[in-house]
Amino acid sequence: MSEIKFNDETLALVQSIIKRYPEGKQKSALLPLLHLAQAEFDGWLSAPVMDYVASLLNIKPIEVYEVASFYSMYNLNPVGKCLLEVCRTSSCWLRGANEIVAHIENKLGIKDGETTADGKFTLKTVECLGSCGTAPMLQIGADFHENLTFEKVDALINDWSNKTEHSKYLDNSTFRKN
Amino acid sequence: MSKKILLEHIDVPGIETLAVYREKGGYASVEKALKTMTPDAIVEEVKKSGLRGRGGAGFPTGMKWSFLAKPEGVARYLVCNADESEPGTFKDRYLMEKIPHALIEGMITSSFALGANTSYIYVRGEYFYIIKILEKAIADAYAAGWLGKNILGTGYDLDLYVQAGAGAYICGEETALLESLEGKRGNPRIKPPFPAIAGLYGCPTVVNNVETIAAVVPIVNNGGDWYAGIGIGKSSGTKLISASGHINKPGVYEIEMGITVEDFIYSDEYCGGIKNGKKLKAVVAGGSSVPILPADLILTTANGEKRLMSYESLADGGFASGTMLGSGGFIVMDETTSIVQNLHTFARFYHHESCGQCSPCREGTGWMEKILHKILDGHGTLEDVNLLWEIQRKIEGNTICPLGDAAAWPVASAIRHFRHEFEEYVKNPAAIKNVKHYHNMHGLATA
Repeated sequence: MSEIKFNDETLALVQSIIKRYPEGKQKSALLPLLHLAQAEFDGWLSAPVMDYVASLLNIKPIEVYEVASFYSMYNLNPVGKCLLEVCRTSSCWLRGANEIVAHIENKLGIKDGETTADGKFTLKTVECLGSCGTAPMLQIGADFHENLTFEKVDALINDWSNKTEHSKYLDNSTFRKN
Repeated sequence: MSKKILLEHIDVPGIETLAVYREKGGYASVEKALKTMTPDAIVEEVKKSGLRGRGGAGFPTGMKWSFLAKPEGVARYLVCNADESEPGTFKDRYLMEKIPHALIEGMITSSFALGANTSYIYVRGEYFYIIKILEKAIADAYAAGWLGKNILGTGYDLDLYVQAGAGAYICGEETALLESLEGKRGNPRIKPPFPAIAGLYGCPTVVNNVETIAAVVPIVNNGGDWYAGIGIGKSSGTKLISASGHINKPGVYEIEMGITVEDFIYSDEYCGGIKNGKKLKAVVAGGSSVPILPADLILTTANGEKRLMSYESLADGGFASGTMLGSGGFIVMDETTSIVQNLHTFARFYHHESCGQCSPCREGTGWMEKILHKILDGHGTLEDVNLLWEIQRKIEGNTICPLGDAAAWPVASAIRHFRHEFEEYVKNPAAIKNVKHYHNMHGLATA
């Protein structure tokens, strides 16, 4: 891996985010910064990436590790280019989430939690994503894909088979520069 | 009859933009509050309105506001809880996506009432596309002078920021949310002190749900008495209900409190009846945490009265025969639904979401999931059903935050009202095989 450092645009955004909190409370920027780091550094948080975030906030690395390991959206291991997060809690289960998961498993030849051999797809079942009225659903990056059918899932997988970038929850235009 | 207050302009094209929102009277409450009212007068109107917290607890908002400590020279904060994570609930997402300025307007008016000069909206990380919408709306509000220094020339300053969560149901608990906003793990704090005394950065803080904050706008515009006249009894106003499951028309509906549950489920104005002409079996009326009720008890109270969509009517009968309005996450199940399997999805959820601080919750949620797994795997015994009951009883009331109760209640109510289903699975494991597709999902033996 090349040197771990945000690009200049992201660094400017980091400074803007830190200003959202009172002086001395820059640790409040930790969650947003980890999101930016995961988006910029291949979709997961390695120990060196977390150490880098700690240095930006002038906090101890352990303060970053304990947070990164608590929240389910931070990946502590590499994931495929396309992270398929399929909701499976009650309302989605009632409307066929299990069938959607089984369909993806069969189509990609992987089980829940696994990544395809070509590194393109990771399947992750997740808990309620707040899309119960449009169940079943899955999330890829920031995008919600709702009222799923096998055909819709197939189309998504076809789309993502040809992409080279990582699925992301955010980019540098998500947060306002205050 | 549908009563739209928060969603009055939901179908107006462009209502998500500041310009159209303004055309429809948007930001009037800010003008009225900042130019003609004192902060205390606003708190008084909110008290009079009878507005209760829309996140699930139903605590009177005006009272919560009046608890806020006001020591000299110490910052106060308003934090909006947009960590909507209660399974079955998606109303805040809908409101923020469709009418983001309703929340921003409510934040400005409420922040003024509380004397806060910096406020945060904490949004669950899974809603990043909503965060983008809010950030754009906030930027537009700043550019138009609704946020920033000296708003409307009144000398009032307010900065409003969006904070992204990162996937943790527990951060919907207000002290866990504050910990998370401080850049820590979302472990709930021991109370007291309550956030009103020592909240964000140790300063006096009010945490309110999205829908609660948005409701402050019409209350300030029209007065607390006007709002108190809508709804029924101590359930004043309207409520956003997230309807999902086996119904013809899932979605978010704004209802006047007091309509019958029967009307809500079967009227074409709302859920439009049960999907595929099936019969109603059970309802979880207020998000995954509240007790599940069988069809007869959700439609009619134990006293034979029609059950209404209100805090009081849904709670009628206590947990023996009633439930709670909660967050308004209304999950409907048809006659084919396995209550045990649905419960397994809830138990797995709470196990996944327990923060791990309190032993009864950390250990108990895991045990409950495992026992349900065992029963669904065809190896359960009657003792397991009793053990499940005992475990939930030992979690309830024995944790520092309500997640323990939230995990216990679905288990208790499922056994209370549907014990025969658990017993059938235990006595006749072959019955489980008839439940389609279950085994694919969980890697259970299919023998």
